[in-house]
Amino acid sequence: MSFCRYVLPPLLLLLLILAGGGVLAAGDPGGATPRESLNIPAIIMFLVFVTGTLGITYWAAQRTKTAKDFYTAGGGITGFQNGLAIAGDYMSAASFLGISGLVFLNGYDGLIYSVGFLVGWPIIMFLIAEQLRNLGKYTYADVVSYRFQRVQMRTLASTAALVVVILYLIAQMVGAGKLIEILFGLPYNYAVIIVGVLIVMYVTFGGMLATTWVQIIKAILLLSGATVIAFGALYMASDGSMNPEVMFKKATDIHDKGGAIMGPGTLVTNPIEAISLGLALMFGTAGLPHILMRFFTVGNAIEARKSVFYATGWIGYFYILTFLMGFSAIVLLTGNPEYMDPNAVGGIKGGQNMAAVNLAHAVGGNLLLGFISAVAFATILAVVAGLTLAGASAISHDLYANVFAHGRIDEQQEVRMSKIATISLGVIAILLGIVFEEQNVAFLVGLAFAVAASANFPILLMSIYYGKMTTRGAMLGGWLGLVSASLLVLLGPTVWQEILGFDAPIFPYKNPALFSMTIAFLGIWIGSMLDHSENAKQEHAAFAAQDVRCQTGIGAEGAASH
Amino acid sequence: MQQDLVHAIKSNPKYHELVSKRSKFAWLLAILMLLIYYTFILIIAFSGQILSRPLWDGAVATVGIPVGIGVILSAFLLTGIYIHRANAVFDKLTREIKEEVL
Repeated sequence: MSFCRYVLPPLLLLLLILAGGGVLAAGDPGGATPRESLNIPAIIMFLVFVTGTLGITYWAAQRTKTAKDFYTAGGGITGFQNGLAIAGDYMSAASFLGISGLVFLNGYDGLIYSVGFLVGWPIIMFLIAEQLRNLGKYTYADVVSYRFQRVQMRTLASTAALVVVILYLIAQMVGAGKLIEILFGLPYNYAVIIVGVLIVMYVTFGGMLATTWVQIIKAILLLSGATVIAFGALYMASDGSMNPEVMFKKATDIHDKGGAIMGPGTLVTNPIEAISLGLALMFGTAGLPHILMRFFTVGNAIEARKSVFYATGWIGYFYILTFLMGFSAIVLLTGNPEYMDPNAVGGIKGGQNMAAVNLAHAVGGNLLLGFISAVAFATILAVVAGLTLAGASAISHDLYANVFAHGRIDEQQEVRMSKIATISLGVIAILLGIVFEEQNVAFLVGLAFAVAASANFPILLMSIYYGKMTTRGAMLGGWLGLVSASLLVLLGPTVWQEILGFDAPIFPYKNPALFSMTIAFLGIWIGSMLDHSENAKQEHAAFAAQDVRCQTGIGAEGAASH
Repeated sequence: MQQDLVHAIKSNPKYHELVSKRSKFAWLLAILMLLIYYTFILIIAFSGQILSRPLWDGAVATVGIPVGIGVILSAFLLTGIYIHRANAVFDKLTREIKEEVL
């Protein structure tokens, strides 16, 4: 792509001016709203990251020519690299800052969340990773439309994918704006626009190759940063003994809740709620389009399997670090006026989610604070880029090329469409970020997981394993899962009561997955059982060939030729 | 995929060996993971105080900490076990099937 040579530098310049303008605006003492002070080391390190990743984008742009390059990085990513990229997708700013903040406030309860987020990975490996790689080409919709009515299945799969992507995008953009405001002293709107412009550049020019490498670099930076903070803080909080028991002792002495932080508290008390949340966390992961897409970037099923092994290891290690960080933050930050703010959420400067950031300063001063702030920004960019690419491929590959054009367009048109889709999604993400600034968006990630677990995951699992599934069954179950998960969240305590302000929720549980997943699987089963159409017979017959390809990889999409 | 190739693979005994061995093993591990996780969650929901007991007399660290970290490690370990067996058994069978029919 030679035109990126002409387009990229001016865009980069524009962006730097924009960032500079934001910095100046933030530093302006006459500004209407009080902002956090400017963080110079953080901004320098962030600019280094941006320059580096734009360099990668430039490199990737010259290697991104075909649709296969754009969607799957040509299928040439190794299992180890993909494992890091998957871990990167999963280690969002929300899980890094959110879980360490949760441990800081409630102790042990934070660990329960981490465990739920992690145990979905082995399930993905055992049941869908290799199968996905053997059956799919660019998106998980390829797999669920393999032997079914293409138009209907792709419409369902891409709608569900887009719903998950948009919900996730809103949560990420609003979180990004707020976080960057606190960390860098940039005004909210500037932050949201910078994120939007950068990810559009990564994705349109560099496609999956750039998106993957941005994610890998960020994962390495985040893992190293978190390692330094966690062990540095453990050293300080245990008086140099590195003995967690010493740190735990100090933490229980100083924390308001005392010894209660060492065991499960109020997070999980209702068994139905607990089971339902667990289902959403475990199986929602297996239905996130930006995660599923990563399985097409490796050469074959063996590499797909390896990527989950590495990803599980990195993510598990990362969660243990967040646990250590939360506890050492209790010891090192509590009572220190430099970090505490009685008016903020959780009593800590910047709010509950800033425990890890404040801890970075306590361990390594301004330099480590700057580094971890830059990494947090990078994390948002990388996760949003992955989401945008997944959304763009649902639009261009599934909706445009296969539903509207019935596969009658050439590859170049499809790639062009995916770039248009990327730019549109970037603009939509910026607008939604601005519109939702003052809204409570925390529930959106939960909703995204519930929809992914109740629509995407059931049709994916059943199309791989249930030979008697038919298009009609998948339609019934998939749409019911999507609608019921959304409705039950709307009518539940989080939205109906806390956000809309009604007295009592119509649906009593915060987590609908137990019910909406049951509805989806029952819908698929009943709809397929009652389907005696000609189509149904053909779809039953086509299962044999699908299963052979799924089991052996014979006929699967090959790796890159270059 | 051509129908005759599908037929050739499906009538190969090694294919049946592969499918039955792999799906049994994969579902066994998946169920094991679910059991481990839900035992953990249900202990918390029904009798969380078990996990709040001190790890040894006079300890601040509780039983819950090695248990929680144990669940994380078990997830990693199970994926490792699957990989180990897949490399040794399933990939070998797949290779042999391909050599015989292609």
